[in-house]
Parts: sequence; structure tokens; C-alpha cells
Amino acid sequence: MLETISSIDFSPFILSFKLAAITTFILFVLSVPFAWFLYNTSSKIKPILEALTALPIVLPPSVLGFYLLVTLSNSSPLGGFVSDFLGVELVFSFTGLVVASCFYSLPFMVQPLQSGFESLNKNMIEASYMSGKNQLQTIMHVALPNMKPSLLTALIVTFAHTVGEFGVVLMIGGSIPDQTKVASVAIYEMVETMDYSMAHIYSALMLTMSFVVLLAVYIFNAKQNKKFGL
Amino acid sequence: MMLHIDLKKQLFGPLGKIDLKINLDIQEGSFTTLTGKSGSGKTTLLRSLAGLEKASGTIVYNNETWQDSNTFLSPQNRRIGFVFQDYALFENMSIEKNLLFVNNEPKLAQKLLEITELYEMRHRLPTTLSGGQKQRVSLCRAMMLRPKLLLMDEPFSALDLDMRQALQSEVLTLHKEFKTTTIMVSHDPSEIYKLSDRVLVLDHGKIINDGTSKEVFLKTKGSAKFSLEGEIIDILKADILHIAIIAIGQQIVEVVLNSTEASELKIGDKVLTSTKAFSPNITKIS
Repeated sequence: MLETISSIDFSPFILSFKLAAITTFILFVLSVPFAWFLYNTSSKIKPILEALTALPIVLPPSVLGFYLLVTLSNSSPLGGFVSDFLGVELVFSFTGLVVASCFYSLPFMVQPLQSGFESLNKNMIEASYMSGKNQLQTIMHVALPNMKPSLLTALIVTFAHTVGEFGVVLMIGGSIPDQTKVASVAIYEMVETMDYSMAHIYSALMLTMSFVVLLAVYIFNAKQNKKFGL
Repeated sequence: MMLHIDLKKQLFGPLGKIDLKINLDIQEGSFTTLTGKSGSGKTTLLRSLAGLEKASGTIVYNNETWQDSNTFLSPQNRRIGFVFQDYALFENMSIEKNLLFVNNEPKLAQKLLEITELYEMRHRLPTTLSGGQKQRVSLCRAMMLRPKLLLMDEPFSALDLDMRQALQSEVLTLHKEFKTTTIMVSHDPSEIYKLSDRVLVLDHGKIINDGTSKEVFLKTKGSAKFSLEGEIIDILKADILHIAIIAIGQQIVEVVLNSTEASELKIGDKVLTSTKAFSPNITKIS
């Protein structure tokens, strides 16, 4: 038993969580102003932006992965530019995985934030403006603290969804140990090489962790709703 | 020293399409009330003054232009206090923090909270307060900026009568203390009478009546000494007499009708109840 545990290579898990943490952080920083813009605007481009944001939910990961591969590879203008001038490879590298994950998980961050903003009392936002506070101060001190359930949902679901990513990762990153071989890809390889016992252990770990995280979110949200009498 | 307003806007509301057209000067330090039917443009006027909505035209406060064809000062830069009908408190902050977030001046916060008897509960969250207490916090919060102008949009309409009267007194105390130019939207005649120096009646986007609350509300005409507006809620026949039951405000009174009156009046009619020859007796009851 101990031998089995000590023989587990945790690096794919560590890589998965590192990828998810970085992606969640980047998406949070980018999505708060973007979701705030969507909440405030009545412009004609709003539905277009909303549809584009939601695309990763409906597209097969292979389609998204394929387009990202084409766009980010060294032979494309963007990939070539980044490779030549910044010396960063965007395919089959960890950086490439982060970029791809940001596209893949975008709706899971933007949508809960946008609906969180929409659930706020508009007068409360206006009261903050009347108090002399600008939009950034209003977002940080009034809007976000009053939508904790949506905020937590956005962060956790983005994190969990990035951990659970498979198709896009496989297409963009391949399976390079310690660079792009995340847990989901590792499990796929184990099944392919018929290492079922290790696949069982990895899968059970993923299952347990995902369940615990989601359970924690739902318990927190139930408590918050009770607190605010919802 | 005054607020000059000249605004135009097309509104689509419950009364259909109306043109809001307001040309108005408001004296510094005065207490003005806007009244009139829903959809007549009162809230739009208030929100345009606050910079929360755009209407075309000019708003000049003393020598400071808040809005004209080239300028549109954001709400943040107008230094206006705004009291919302639904309080709109920052629910993540305690009462005290709601005030200090606006302006970090603990002494002013303490003074305001003491006037409104909230100081003891200053650490509580808004969700634990009653409607009246919430509106007090909202009022204090609006005063934290030492605003040039205080705007109140039906601030007491969600409160019961006792609470409304208590808050009206506090508004009056604060108005005297800070001498803030105030514009309030209200439908309650007793509230308007108690608080305002000037009443503006809006109808379909235009001001149709402008005067002191006495001029606008007291409808005693000719030699009538005592005159109250009411609605007939029932007409009873007792032997040869007819008796009208009239609701005046929260009170119900009986008035004897002669047969001509009885045939002309019907339930639901709005009537003016007045006496001419005798002064009404007034007896203190509490």
C-alpha cells in the first residue's frame, strides 16, 4: 500500500493546479472590468461580445484547440511574433497552456461575475457614485463585496474547470512531463497504456478533490444566502 | 446664490410619451418639494440634477456649471447627497462604515449618528435594521459629503406613519443644522406642508403650480374658514335625510346632505368639505 502511494507521481497534479491557479488569477483580473463593461453597456456590440464569450461552452474542445493551435503556432503571425520578439513558445509549452486555458475558461469567469453585477441593487451602485467614488472604487468596495456567492462561484468554477481541461490541453500542449502533462492527460495516457490501477488512483483523487471543492462552494453560498435573508 | 435649471427630455412612461420641460431657479438653503402624478417626470428631474441621467439643457449651481452644451459634470463631481426610496445602503459595511466610506470624517459621522439616535448601534450591519433605521442611515450618509444639494426621492413612502413623522422631524433638524439646499419628491401633503418652503406640482413634464405649501394645498376659497378635501365612500339614507360618509385623509366623517346634494353626488366623488359661519372647535386629544 505504502509502496503504491510512494510510487505515485504527483507532478501532473501539481502542474494541473499550477495551471488552474495562474489561469484563474489572470482571468479574474481581466474579467472583472470586462464583466463590469458588459453589465453597464447597452451598446449594440454587447450581444456579440456575450456570444463570443460563451463560445467555449458549446464548442468541442478539439475545435477550440485546433484554432488556438493554428493561431499560436510559430508559423502564424501572432505565434511567430511572440516567438521572435519575446522568445516565448506558445505551443507545446506551459505558457501556451495558460493562454489556451484563458480562452477555454473565459465564460466560467465572466458569466457569474456579470450575473453577480446584475443582481446588485442599481441604486446601491449609484449611491456609491453620488458619494464621489469612481468606478474602480465602486467595484472594489461596493460591488464585489456584495456579491460574494457569485465571486466565489466564478473563482472556483474557473479553477475547477481548468483542472478538468483535457481536449484543448492535449492539442496545444501535448504531453511533456513537468511542462504540459497535466493530470487529465496523464490519466488518458495511463488508460492507453493499460495502467488501470494508476488510472484508478488518479481518477479517484480527481473525483474526490472536485467534489470537496464544489461541496464547499455550495455550503458557503447557502450560508451567505441565509445571512442576507435571500 | 442659487441653482438654475433649464432642462428638456423626452420620456416614455406610464402616461405615454411626454416632454419634460423644466425652467426653474431654486434659492440656496431652501427646501423644495416636487409633487404630482407618477410618470410626470419628478424622478427624472431629480436624477438629471444628480447626473445619473442625461437630459439636454443647462444646470448651473452658483457659478459652477454642472451641465450645458459642452459640459457634463459626473455625479462624483457634483457633491450632491442623494437619498433613495429603497435606502440603497452598502450592505457589506456597518452603519458607521457606510458613512465613513463616503467621507472619512469620524466627528461628522458621530454628530449625524447622534442626531438620528443611531450612534449606539453604529457597528451593526444594514440587514439587521428596520426600514426607518435604514432610511436614517441613508440620510446621514447623504449628509457626510456636506452636500451643496440634497436630493430625496420619496424617502419616506415605504415607512409607516409614526416612523415617517419621526423621520420628517429629523430631516427638519438636519436641514436647520446644515442649511443644505434640499429638493424632495413626495406625495404626502402633510409631509410636504411640514417640510417645504416651496412646492412645485409637475404634470406631464411641466410645472403647473409653484408656490408655498399653503398656496398649493390650502384650498379654502371665498369666505370658507375650514376646508378639507375628501372622497365620498358611502351615502346613507336615514328617514328623510341623506348622510354622506366622507374619507378625509385617515379620518372618516359624516355630513348631512340635502336632497339636491344627495341626488347630485355619488360614491367615489372627490369633494371639498367646508364650514363658513362657524369656526371649527379644536380640542387637544393627546
